[in-house]
Amino acid sequence: MIDDIAQKVYSGVRLEAEDARRLLAHPNLAELGMLAHWVRHQRHPDPVVTYNVGRNINYTNVCWVKCDFCAFYRAPGSDEGYVLPHEEIFAKIDELVAFGGEEPKSCEILMQGGLNPKLRLDYYEDLLTQITQRYPMVQLHCLSATEIIYIAHLSRLSLEETVTRLRAAGLDSIPGAGAEILNDDVRDVIGFRKDRTAEWLEVHRVAHGLDMRTTATMMYGHVETVEHRIEHMQLLRDLQDETGGFTAFITWNFQPEFTDLGADVQRWSGFKATGFDHLRTVAVSRLFLDNIASLQASWVTQGPRIAQVSLRYGVNDFGSTMLEENVVSAAGTSHVNDMDLAAMERLIKDAGYEPKRRNTRYELVATPPQLQALNKAS
Amino acid sequence: MPISEPHHRNAIIEQELARAGLADIEAKIRTHERLSADDGLRLYASHDLPALAYLANLVREERHGDTTYYVRNQHINYTNVCNKLCKFCSFYVKSKDERGYVLSPQQISQRILGYGDVPITEIHMVGGVNPKLPYSYYLEVLQAMKEARPAAHLKAFTMIELAQIQRAAKKPLEEVLVDLKNAGLESLPGGGAEVFSERVHETLFWTKSDSDDWLRIAAAAHKAGLPTNATMLYGHVENTEEKVYHLTRLREVQDETDGFLAYIPLSFHPERTEIDQLPGPTGALDLKEIAVGRLMLDNFPHVKTFWIMNTIEISQVALWYGANDIDGTIMDYEITRESFEETQQRLTQQQLLDRIVEAGRRPVERDSLYSIVGDATALTGEAGG
Repeated sequence: MIDDIAQKVYSGVRLEAEDARRLLAHPNLAELGMLAHWVRHQRHPDPVVTYNVGRNINYTNVCWVKCDFCAFYRAPGSDEGYVLPHEEIFAKIDELVAFGGEEPKSCEILMQGGLNPKLRLDYYEDLLTQITQRYPMVQLHCLSATEIIYIAHLSRLSLEETVTRLRAAGLDSIPGAGAEILNDDVRDVIGFRKDRTAEWLEVHRVAHGLDMRTTATMMYGHVETVEHRIEHMQLLRDLQDETGGFTAFITWNFQPEFTDLGADVQRWSGFKATGFDHLRTVAVSRLFLDNIASLQASWVTQGPRIAQVSLRYGVNDFGSTMLEENVVSAAGTSHVNDMDLAAMERLIKDAGYEPKRRNTRYELVATPPQLQALNKAS
Repeated sequence: MPISEPHHRNAIIEQELARAGLADIEAKIRTHERLSADDGLRLYASHDLPALAYLANLVREERHGDTTYYVRNQHINYTNVCNKLCKFCSFYVKSKDERGYVLSPQQISQRILGYGDVPITEIHMVGGVNPKLPYSYYLEVLQAMKEARPAAHLKAFTMIELAQIQRAAKKPLEEVLVDLKNAGLESLPGGGAEVFSERVHETLFWTKSDSDDWLRIAAAAHKAGLPTNATMLYGHVENTEEKVYHLTRLREVQDETDGFLAYIPLSFHPERTEIDQLPGPTGALDLKEIAVGRLMLDNFPHVKTFWIMNTIEISQVALWYGANDIDGTIMDYEITRESFEETQQRLTQQQLLDRIVEAGRRPVERDSLYSIVGDATALTGEAGG
């Protein structure tokens, strides 16, 4: 029974880790859904689900970190490694802008890549500056904490100085990727060369301190326990109490195909996390993360059916149109090609909400996306 | 006995039900008052999935507690030749088509013997409406099946096929049912109901017998001692009124015959059909159909989520939306394999049990008539990860 927890939620009393533990062991999806939806309705009373016009650009796949849950990277020296020329990046942005229109900062570019030892701060400063000059309608939501730490390291600069210089070059906000599970024991198992828990948190703390907004993520369903998931959410909630800089939380499950971890029976159970687990996880996230405004759907990994249903389990945003996605798609299961804007809007409406376009800061964007331009581009 | 008040109740649940506008329907459910057609329309109009789940789950848990039934069966499709030309079907071929086939009684027997070491309890057989087949064919097929695997329950023929078998037999339906029963038939699967609506009927399956016919044949089967299931194919061109009408008609017949075992809403898959321009149903609708079916069909013992069509992801969630049956580990299911490869056609028994256990339910193997197979208390499923 979770009636005492429901009473806490109802009275606005913050949930403890122990409450989250009980909720994550509670299978009644009707009750969890009603609790999460009640909170969602308190925070976002309008019958609206927002989405963002955006595109992922992966400027390089070269990465020396070699995380075992990743199927996207190529090690330095590989024949299959690439760094996209600027012109190619601009061509991708041109396609997005034709779709997304001219309103300032309304089209999101989520640019991320591997930790490529050949790329120094000057590369990023140059690229970001050029994009900013050419494309005032673009919001540069780029570079995960992991990349920023590495850029700082290569350039022998402090994190603060690195983020300040990237921001001066045009970086608007930072995506929450690379959080995986914020626990060093887990990180040791799934990607031991990766940044540590404290380092990931520090990048976001520094960015928030410079008045930048970032998002937070969680990748579950690999080697972590329920305790690790709770610890992860606790760390995010604590930092948010301190800074208030996270705009949204996004969670998805490990996609095992073509990854080293997925093939390793010693480390991974072979039990890919289910849609049931996803709905329960987003509902508990909505209840526990009482200081993060938005929850995004994870349609690329969950597919249209579960992603739509999650809109009634605490999720208030459908995420990005993602004209391009490569990283999750490299690990097999991807629904990136099943979803266009019309499909996304239909799912939102069929769940009882009005779809509305937003920007990266979650402000509504008046300009509707130009569907014809998109059809022409593809 | 009303479903007691304190059961799963708190201030948030109260507010959510009130906001969903379903508080009066909840009161009816708790006191076992039958829902009206208007209540059905309101349930369909609601977008509050967890509230619908909550209501349907009250009924599900009162009837079945945590029990979730699954069955081990073998599917056989004796012919794909069909003169009905339904626009929602990707399985049929016309009689002259070179891809057309008819399995002989011997071939069917061999298929069954081929799975001789697999512990199934049921053989599920349906096919096209093929006017070339003589009456004797159907009787011989049933006899061959019974001989090949005497212990397996034979569930075969939709109402539409029964209408054709009767035409081939040139005898009254009651006599045909007795013949089929004597040849080994034990129950009917309940397909071919689609949506009971003249409008939908004209649009999608004008050559098929109409809804009155489907219900008349089902009732005759029940009276002959052959239980059936009932289906509804949703997510194409039907509207909500038509679905509510469908459910109320099923409920009326059930009042009269008590011969329906399970209600099975079937999620339409447009791929490779003649109406593939339609987007198909969403996950929200899949769950809503389970819940509304459970709530409206108060005289049906079981509601099944057919995971091959619903996807296993939705079916697992549906165990909290009123479904108490998840079908089973199915071999050789041809009809939807034609249209969508993305759904895995095979799930091992352990994977199915893991799903049920992860959802906090208790897996119980059943036979065709919902008797428990083996020792239910000995069943365990380990949820991994």
